Amino acid sequence: MSMLHIVNKSPFERNAMDSCLKHAREGDAILMIEDAAVGAVDGSTIAGDIKAALADKTVYVLGGDLAARGMSEDRIIDGIKVVDYAGFVDLTVENEKTQSWV
Amino acid sequence: MKFTVMVNEGPYQHQSADTALHFVRAALEKGHEIFRVFFYHDGVNNGTRIAVPPKDDRLIQQEWSNLAKEHDLDLVICIAAAQRRGLMDAAESKRQGLDADNIIEGFRISGLGQLIEGGIQSDRTVVFGD
Repeated sequence: MSMLHIVNKSPFERNAMDSCLKHAREGDAILMIEDAAVGAVDGSTIAGDIKAALADKTVYVLGGDLAARGMSEDRIIDGIKVVDYAGFVDLTVENEKTQSWV
Repeated sequence: MKFTVMVNEGPYQHQSADTALHFVRAALEKGHEIFRVFFYHDGVNNGTRIAVPPKDDRLIQQEWSNLAKEHDLDLVICIAAAQRRGLMDAAESKRQGLDADNIIEGFRISGLGQLIEGGIQSDRTVVFGD
């Protein structure tokens, strides 16, 4: 039974992403939206933790929120998938539960 | 699939009111059912009709109201959160002895039980906001 974890706060401002990464289980999906989208960019202090999570979890970022913050998709961590709102809806369908880390 | 959406953040606060709107629209476009949208905490401010943003800005409250009309959505504002923040429908305003009401068309005021029922009746509950 997989869970979709939704994170909407910047990992450089709050610890929601950190809590999420510590609680998410193998096979879960993590979606970064709103200010959390900046966490998808490679080379940051959180990038290592996200790369480690990618070993047994899937990680997504909401493309519009990434673009709204001036981040181009070619700067994000390898393995993170970009979704739109339709893809966001699909993720909530594919995973039996959703958890918003607010 | 049947969804209940919870909105805990006011319009123009961060981004969650917009995100929730986009999510609900995308779900409806995919043919899913929105069983209920429950507005809690500062999220109740999504339901005021007394808001006048600059002309070139979006009017989030009106967008919810229009979407409710278009898709017959059940938009519920938590009564305790609403009373604290001065959100009143006509009946509640009268009951409190106040001289005005300010709920926008398409919203209704009710209790937290509506959120619990939404969670039970829906396949998915998705939370937006702080």
